[in-house]
Amino acid sequence: MRYLPLSEADRTDMLAVIGAASVDDLFADVPEAARLAGKIEGLPDHASELSVERQLGALARANVAAGDVPFFLGCGAYRHHIPASVDHLIQRGEFLTSYTPYQPEIAQGTLQLLFEFQTQVARLYGCDVANASMYDGSTACWEAIAMARRITRRGKAILSSGLHPHYVSVAKTMAKFTGDLLEVAPPTLDPDTDAAALLDRIDAETSCVVFQYPDILGRAGDMAELAARAHEKGALLIAVVTEPVALGLLKSPGEMGADIVVGEGQSIGVGLQFGGPYVGLFATREKYVRQMPGRLAGMTLDAEGKRGFVLTLSTREQHIRREKATSNICTSSVLCALAWTMHMTLLGEAGLRRLGEINHDRALYAADRLARLYPRVRLLNRTMFNEFTLVLDREARPIVRDLAARGILGGVSLGRLYPDVEALANGLVVAVTETATKEDIDAFVAALGEALA
Amino acid sequence: MSMNPIGRETRPQDASASAPPTHTGNRALMLEQPLIFEIGAFDRTGVDFEPGDIGPAIVPRPIEGAMDGVIYETGKLARRVPIGLPGLSEPEMVRHYTRLSRQNYAIDLGLFPLGSCTMKHNPRLNEKVARMPGFADIHPLQPADTVQGALKLIDELATWLVKLTGMHSVAMSPKAGAHGELCGLLAIRSALEARGDAREVILVPESAHGTNPATAAFAGYRVENIPATAAGRVDLDALKARLGPDVAGVMITNPNTCGLFEPEMISISQAVHDAGGLVYCDGANFNAIVGRVRPGDLGIDAMHINLHKTFSTPHGGGGPGSGPVVFSAALTPFAPLPFVEKQDGTYLLVEEETAGEHHGKSFGRMTAFHGQMGMFTRALAYILSHGADGLRQVAEDAVLNANYLLRSLEDVLDAPFGASGPCMHEALFSDKGFAGGLSTLDLAKALIDEGYHPMTMYFPLVVHGAMLVEPTETESKAALDQFIGALRSVAARAKAGDQSLKAAPVFAPRRRLDETLAARKPVLVYKEPGVAEAAE
Repeated sequence: MRYLPLSEADRTDMLAVIGAASVDDLFADVPEAARLAGKIEGLPDHASELSVERQLGALARANVAAGDVPFFLGCGAYRHHIPASVDHLIQRGEFLTSYTPYQPEIAQGTLQLLFEFQTQVARLYGCDVANASMYDGSTACWEAIAMARRITRRGKAILSSGLHPHYVSVAKTMAKFTGDLLEVAPPTLDPDTDAAALLDRIDAETSCVVFQYPDILGRAGDMAELAARAHEKGALLIAVVTEPVALGLLKSPGEMGADIVVGEGQSIGVGLQFGGPYVGLFATREKYVRQMPGRLAGMTLDAEGKRGFVLTLSTREQHIRREKATSNICTSSVLCALAWTMHMTLLGEAGLRRLGEINHDRALYAADRLARLYPRVRLLNRTMFNEFTLVLDREARPIVRDLAARGILGGVSLGRLYPDVEALANGLVVAVTETATKEDIDAFVAALGEALA
Repeated sequence: MSMNPIGRETRPQDASASAPPTHTGNRALMLEQPLIFEIGAFDRTGVDFEPGDIGPAIVPRPIEGAMDGVIYETGKLARRVPIGLPGLSEPEMVRHYTRLSRQNYAIDLGLFPLGSCTMKHNPRLNEKVARMPGFADIHPLQPADTVQGALKLIDELATWLVKLTGMHSVAMSPKAGAHGELCGLLAIRSALEARGDAREVILVPESAHGTNPATAAFAGYRVENIPATAAGRVDLDALKARLGPDVAGVMITNPNTCGLFEPEMISISQAVHDAGGLVYCDGANFNAIVGRVRPGDLGIDAMHINLHKTFSTPHGGGGPGSGPVVFSAALTPFAPLPFVEKQDGTYLLVEEETAGEHHGKSFGRMTAFHGQMGMFTRALAYILSHGADGLRQVAEDAVLNANYLLRSLEDVLDAPFGASGPCMHEALFSDKGFAGGLSTLDLAKALIDEGYHPMTMYFPLVVHGAMLVEPTETESKAALDQFIGALRSVAARAKAGDQSLKAAPVFAPRRRLDETLAARKPVLVYKEPGVAEAAE
């Protein structure tokens, strides 16, 4: 067994040192009834690297990889090009095979990277501070709602209808058990977001308003008024960003007055991977830092006065505060955070902006071409970044399957995301990133035209 | 003096001089590295973009047929203030992060005996298969018939996890161990509420990992402690005395955080069930028993499995992890969405849409999408590589290595439960007998100078100055013997009151760091010097 270094002679020698006759003696505390006599049923014995690679390879080939076809899916996970150096660096054993930096003197690599990550996230979001990552955007979103409850001591959260339906589901799951009240409705096929409609719903019981930017239908709404009204009523504004590349071109939520900004970081540095692992981003105002969930890296000095980094403010956390902790999170998504920071460092401000422009231009081109299929297709959005919604003249789900049969992964049907909402069944959300070529877009337009013929 | 034919010296001369300070602050291979905010530039980038086949020529304009004569009104939302993100060219970026990487300790460098964390070797085959485009480059919302291989992989991994644990079903979506704990407790609460029996209290042993009480509180429960016996086990009598109609369940770590198996586990489960409660098992220490003991045979109702521990998906400096939760038949109906089901040879993803017919009592969704696919591929590769014989050997070698450490050290380090029999996969020591005001922290920092990552310190809380040592099965006897030698040496110094331990580490990239300063005046983001001064 290639991963197990002990030889039979080693085992015999070691048992002699221990004073045990056999390894079974070491399991003496296990009740007889729970000792498994034989091997696990059905599982073959150990296999060579070649054999395992062959088996996994067969499973991999049974999937249609996004890179092999014209590809236009988004809705919370986006296909972007990741520079080769990023994946190379996160596979360095010093990053890959280390753990939470409990011993900072021999973990400065991870800690300094996390400090860079926190700074980049805070600046991108327009906030004072950010933490060292959450599991993903959806869990970060719930943690933000729970944090707003702690800060305001109120239990009613108003969720925008443009919030990703999976994020809404996660919040609903948790609220059932915590007793938080969630006000939420599915989106309507309107060219604008519901930012204006939310204003009058904020009252003295409201802990927070949760607003996605750009939203699930690709619309970007101004949050400034929402922030002002929330603050007037003593509530917080939580902004959710599922596509961080958008912030290369668009005003940051912090600039518009958001108190907590959370989101999915996957677009930068992390591949699609069928939904995970991803990396949750979490930022807020300095004054709320002690209510934040998760790890925080902070700057300090060592005994010789040299600058260094440590995990800090851990009295918020489960290993110190136990049942009074701000969250139960322990392991988060550090390696993905490192990849995020490496990719962001390669891009820099100029690169992120250029990437944003290319995404936006391509999305506009695609929207323009697709909208020419009118009246079978109507374009919904008045605003967009790299994602928009088409309203087809029929149900979109079978069309997505039809397109897949034609070798095109042509967006996400709203019917899949909102199976119970009849009014959304004809909606198709299309994302266009720098990875889609003009040929890809033209092929998509042609195929959709044929599918709707 | 020895010289080669071109006049270069070939033998070292006097080595007695002490190391002088260097101009750069570097010390040969130990390289200092500033922050990107100090070396990057806002106009510099390490990414080239394709010359546009579409280009910026597309001017937003009304599109024929679009609703309301669309105009792309993003003007007022356009970013006008700079973000403040410095960039680096690729060679600078690669060097920056390579230099930083060298300031980290890692399993690849040496024994990493962090108790309760199972820092075993991470096979590189698993990295390779996870990067196959058919796994790494598929979108979670692709039509099901374009991801049959991925769904089959999830189903296959789920099958082995269920068989290895002897349980009834598994929820794959939880993102890490603590998320798995939450999943288990939400299922317990749902099951109790479904029978109209709302209960408020979760019992947790004093020795539990901090996530247990935090999770119980997060799930809306009140937490009460169960005391331990002198032998480091759950006090069954005290537990029985506390059980009652208000107790929803217990969270028990088994093997426990003292590194011991709970011999009364079946009786514990029985007693909790008799009192109408349910049993959550923290599976963080499953590595000790994988292939030898099935938790299902111990009467538990739910347990998370840390794929990043037992099944060796890389710890990555603090995640990503993955925490699938196995359930008993009683809790299975309440498991979260989504999950994979096989029907007529086709794999289906059961989400909100079809949950009604397949899984009406599910407590809902815990995360967007389907869980940590990138970890599933690695864990399945690990399981298939080891096979039935190899997994059993994993547990045996992990336990053998820990007992070898325990018995090779107990004459120099106090082993509070050493007399109560063999340990499982980790050995627990205390600071009893340290002299001259020296502490567990001092010993740990001295181990850093010896070239080791220290063990888990000050946990579990039931032992004074606890040191929890978990070697894992991927260490050779030679590696263990070298570690034993180092630990015996620093233990002897601690017991002799050697004050030089207080200065350790001396050879690490940093000396001891001031955590009090960091917490008192938190600096969590970089501020350019002018800005930082203005703020003070």
